[in-house]
Amino acid sequence: MNLLTLVLIMPLVGFLASLTIPRRFPQNSRAWALAVSLATFAQSLILLSQFNRNAAGDQFTVDIPWISKPEIHFHMAADGISLWLVLLSTFLTPICVLISWKHVQDRVKEFFAFLLLLEFGLVGVFIAQDLFLFYVFWEISLVPMYFLIGIWGHSRRIYAAVKFFLYTMTGSVLMLAAIIFLYNRAGTFSYATILDMLASGKLTFAPGEQMLLFLAFFLAFAIKVPLFPLHTWLPDAHVEAPTAGSVMLASVMLKMGTFGILHYCLPMFPVAARQCAPWIAVLAIIGIIYGALVAMVQPNMKKLVAYSSVSHLGFVVLGIFSFTQMGLDGAVYQMLSHGITTGALFALVGFLYERRHSLEISGYGGVATEAPWLSTVFLIATLASLGLPLLNNFVGEFLVLQGTAITHFTWTVYAAIGVILSACYMLWMYQRVFYGVTAADVKHYMPDLGLREWAAIVPLVVMMVWMGVYSQSFLPPVSKTTARVLEQTHINVPERVELRQRPEVAHAR
Amino acid sequence: MPVNFGASATDLVRFLPEIILTVMGTALMVLDPVLHKRASYAFGHLSIFALLAGIGGAVWAQTDPGTAFGGMLVVDGFATYFRVLVMVVGILSILPSYGFLARQQAETSEYHALLLFSIAGQCMMAAANDLIIVFIGLEISSISSYVLAGYLRDDKRSNEAALKYFLLGSFATAFFLYGVAITYGTVGTVNLTAIRAALTGADAPPVVFITLAAALMFVGLGFKVSAAPFQIWAPDVYQGAPTPVTAFLSAGPKAAAFAIFLRIFLTAFGPISSAWQPLVWMAALLSMTVGNFAALMQTNVKRMLAYSSIAHAGYVLVALTAQSDTGAAAAMFYLAAYAFMNIGAFAVVSQLSGRGERYQNIDDLAGLGRKQPMMAALLTIFLLSLIGVPLTGGFFGKFYIFKAALESHLVWLAVLGLLNSAVAAYYYLRILVMVYMHEPGEAAGQSEPLTPGFRLALILPALGTLFLGIFPTWVLDFAGKSATLVK
Repeated sequence: MNLLTLVLIMPLVGFLASLTIPRRFPQNSRAWALAVSLATFAQSLILLSQFNRNAAGDQFTVDIPWISKPEIHFHMAADGISLWLVLLSTFLTPICVLISWKHVQDRVKEFFAFLLLLEFGLVGVFIAQDLFLFYVFWEISLVPMYFLIGIWGHSRRIYAAVKFFLYTMTGSVLMLAAIIFLYNRAGTFSYATILDMLASGKLTFAPGEQMLLFLAFFLAFAIKVPLFPLHTWLPDAHVEAPTAGSVMLASVMLKMGTFGILHYCLPMFPVAARQCAPWIAVLAIIGIIYGALVAMVQPNMKKLVAYSSVSHLGFVVLGIFSFTQMGLDGAVYQMLSHGITTGALFALVGFLYERRHSLEISGYGGVATEAPWLSTVFLIATLASLGLPLLNNFVGEFLVLQGTAITHFTWTVYAAIGVILSACYMLWMYQRVFYGVTAADVKHYMPDLGLREWAAIVPLVVMMVWMGVYSQSFLPPVSKTTARVLEQTHINVPERVELRQRPEVAHAR
Repeated sequence: MPVNFGASATDLVRFLPEIILTVMGTALMVLDPVLHKRASYAFGHLSIFALLAGIGGAVWAQTDPGTAFGGMLVVDGFATYFRVLVMVVGILSILPSYGFLARQQAETSEYHALLLFSIAGQCMMAAANDLIIVFIGLEISSISSYVLAGYLRDDKRSNEAALKYFLLGSFATAFFLYGVAITYGTVGTVNLTAIRAALTGADAPPVVFITLAAALMFVGLGFKVSAAPFQIWAPDVYQGAPTPVTAFLSAGPKAAAFAIFLRIFLTAFGPISSAWQPLVWMAALLSMTVGNFAALMQTNVKRMLAYSSIAHAGYVLVALTAQSDTGAAAAMFYLAAYAFMNIGAFAVVSQLSGRGERYQNIDDLAGLGRKQPMMAALLTIFLLSLIGVPLTGGFFGKFYIFKAALESHLVWLAVLGLLNSAVAAYYYLRILVMVYMHEPGEAAGQSEPLTPGFRLALILPALGTLFLGIFPTWVLDFAGKSATLVK
C-alpha cells in the first residue's frame, strides 16, 4: 500500500477501532490513541526518509477513482510543503494524547477517538489533490474540533464551539460554490489537471470571474488563518478549548488556511492574487500589530497566546503575498515554527492550568522557585516565540521580512514593529507568572514537570532548537515547492503587473 | 384516443405495486377483528411484507418498462425510483411505529391500512403520465395522510393538525384541479406527453392560459411539498401529528409530490419553462430563507424539523429551477438522502418523546450523549447529514443540487442557497450542543425500552445516510439515467 495513504488511513482505522473499546476502560482508550498516533508518526518518518528532497513535483501519488459522476478521485500526493505539514500533524498528535492523559477524565473514550479523527482530517487536507476531496477533508476536520471544544472546553465552550463552526462553515460554503464553478468550467476536480489547463491556456477566466473565484477561496482560508478582521472566533475558541484542542487548533488547523492560500489561491488565480496583494498585506500588517497590542493587555495566558497567533500568522500571510522566493520560504517556515512553538506554549499553559486551575496571569507569580524545570522550558518556548536567533521562529520571521523588503520595504518596517511588540508581551507575561513574589496558591501546589510531561515537551524543545540552528534540514524541499508556486503565479499574469515589479524581484527569485 | 378498458396482463404488471398495497391494505382492515387483541404487532409485520412485495413488484415492472392503461401510467426508471423510494419510506416509518403505537396504546389495523393506501397513492403519482391519474394519486395519498395526522384522536394537537391539514390541503388540491381544468380547456388533453407535443407544435395555444394553468398547479404542488409561501400548515401539522406519521409525511408524500412536480413541469410544461422558471426560483429562495430563519427560533424539535423540511424543499426547488437532466437527477438523489436523514431524526425524536409525547423540546435532549450514547451518535449522523457535512448523503445531495444550479448559470441562487445552508447549521448545532454539551435533565434519563423494530428504524436510515455519503454513485447513476426520461 502507498505510504502516504497509510499515514492517512491509520488514524481513521484507529478512530473506528477506538469506538469499540468499552467505556469502562478509559486507560485502554488512552493507550490505544497513543499507540495509533505514535505508529502514524513512525510511518510518516518513513515517508520523510523516502521523500526525494531534490524533486519539485508531487510524490507518493495515489489516484483511485471514487465517484464516477461527477468524476471524483481519491487523489493524494505530497510535495515539499504538505510533507512537512503532515509531519507536523502526526508529530503533534501523540504529544496531544500525552498532555491530555490526566487532564481529560470525562468521556475519555470519545475524547481520544475525536483526536484521532481530527488527525485523519488534517492529514487529508494537506495531501488531497482533488478539489472535491480537499473540501471533504476540510469539512471533516471541523467536526471533531467542534466537539473537542464544545464538550471538553471551559465555561464558555458552547459559544466558542458554535462560533468556530459557523465562521468556518460560512467561509467554506462559498469555497464549495467556487469549486463547483471551477468544475463546470474545467470539467475536472483534479488540481493538477486544472493547473495544466491554466498553463496551456485551455482554461481561462475573465478578470472579474477570476477575482470572484479568488475571493471565494480566499475568504474561506482567511477565516481559518485567521486574517484580521475575521479573527474574532480564534481567541474564543482557543481560550475555551481543552489544552489538546488549543494545540491542534493553533499548530495545525490554522495552517490549513495559509496552506490553502499558498497551494490553491496563488497558482490558480495569480492575477487576482497579485491585484489583491496590497490590500491583503495591509490586513496582514494590521493583524501583526493589532494582535500584538491586544496580546499585551490580556490578563489570561491562553488568550495572550491566541492573540500572539493572530500576530504570527500575519507574518505568514505577508510573506506569501510578497511574491518572492524568500517570502514564501519564510511563510512556510513560519507556519511550521509557529506550529511547534505555539503548540509548546499552549501545552505549558495547560500544565500550569492542571496544577493551579487558573489561566489568569494574576493568579500566578514566582513559579520559577517552585518548578524550575517547568520555568526553564517555558522560557525557551517564550524566547522562541518572540523570535530569538538560534530558535525556530527567528528563521521564519527573518525570511519573511527579507522577502517583503525586496518588494515593499515599507511593509517590512511596519511588520518589524510586531517583532518588537512580541518581545514585550511574551517577556512581560513570563515575568509576571514565573518571577516575583511567590503566590500563596503557587506555593501550596506546584510540582515540577513529571515524566509524562517531559515526554510531551522535550520533542518540542528539540525541534525548536533544531529548526533554529539548522534550517537546512527543512528548507530545501520547501524552496523547491515554493519556487514552483512562484512560477505558477506568473502564468497568465498580464504584462502590466509584470512590469510593475522591480528588477530585484527577478534577482531574488 | 380510444382507450381499451379491458386491462392486459402487461398493464397489470405495470400497476403491480399499487395493486399489492391496496389489496393488503383492505385485507388488514378485514383481518382486524381476528388479529386485534391477540397479535396486534402482526399488522406491522403484514404491512412491511406488503411493502417489500410492492418493491419487488416495482422492480419486476421495471424489467419491462413502458406505458400502461392507454398511456395513463408510465413505468420508467423515474417512476420506479420514486415508487421504491416511497415504499422504503413506508417501511422506515412503520418500524418505529411498533413501539410508538404500543406506548400510546393505539394499535389498530387502520393505522397501517391508511399508511398503505397513502403509499399506494404516492406510487400512482410517481408513475402517473396523465393529470387525472396525478389527481387521483394525490387524493388517495392526501386523504389517508389527513386521517393519519389526526390518528391520536384524544390528543388536541393531533386533531388540530388533521383539521388544518385537511382544510388547507383541500384548497391546494382545488387549485391543482383548476390548473388541470384550464390545461384541458386550452390544449384538449390531460396526457403529459401529449401536452408537451401540443405546446411545441406549430399551432401552440396562447401562452397566457397555459401559464395560468402552470401557476395554479404550482400552487397546489407547492403546498404538497411545503414550499414557501404555501408552507404555513407544515409546522402545526408536523408538530401535532404522531411522530412516526410526521416522519412519514415529511418524506413520503413530499417525495411523491416532487416526483410529479418534476414530471409535470419538465415534461408537460417544459416548452414554456421561461414562463414558470421565475416562479420556481422565487419559491426556492423564499422556502430556504423562511424555513431556515424560522427554524432558528424554534424550541420544539418537531417544529424545528418542520421548518427545516421547508428549507429542504427549497433546495430541491433550486434543482428544479436548473431545468436540466443533472438538476432532475440531483433532486432525485436529494429526496432519497433527505428521506433517510429526516426519518432517522424523527425516529430518534419519537423514541425520546416518551409516553404521551411529553418530551419534545430541545432542552429535553440535554445530556443524551451521556445517558444514551448510541442514540446520540445516530442522531449526530442524521444532523450532520442535514447540515451537509461530507461523507453523509445530505452533503452529496446539496452538492449535486448546487452543481446543477451553477451549470445552469444560476450563480446567485446557488450562492444564496449555500449561505442558507450555513445558517441552517446553527439550529442543527443547537441540538448537538444540547445532546453533548449539557448535563442530563429529566428527559434523557427516562428511556423507553428499545424494540428490535426500533433499532432497525434507527440503524437502517443511518446506514442509508452513510452509504449515500460514501458511495453516491450507484443511486446517482440510476437517477441520472432516469432523469433523462422526464422530458
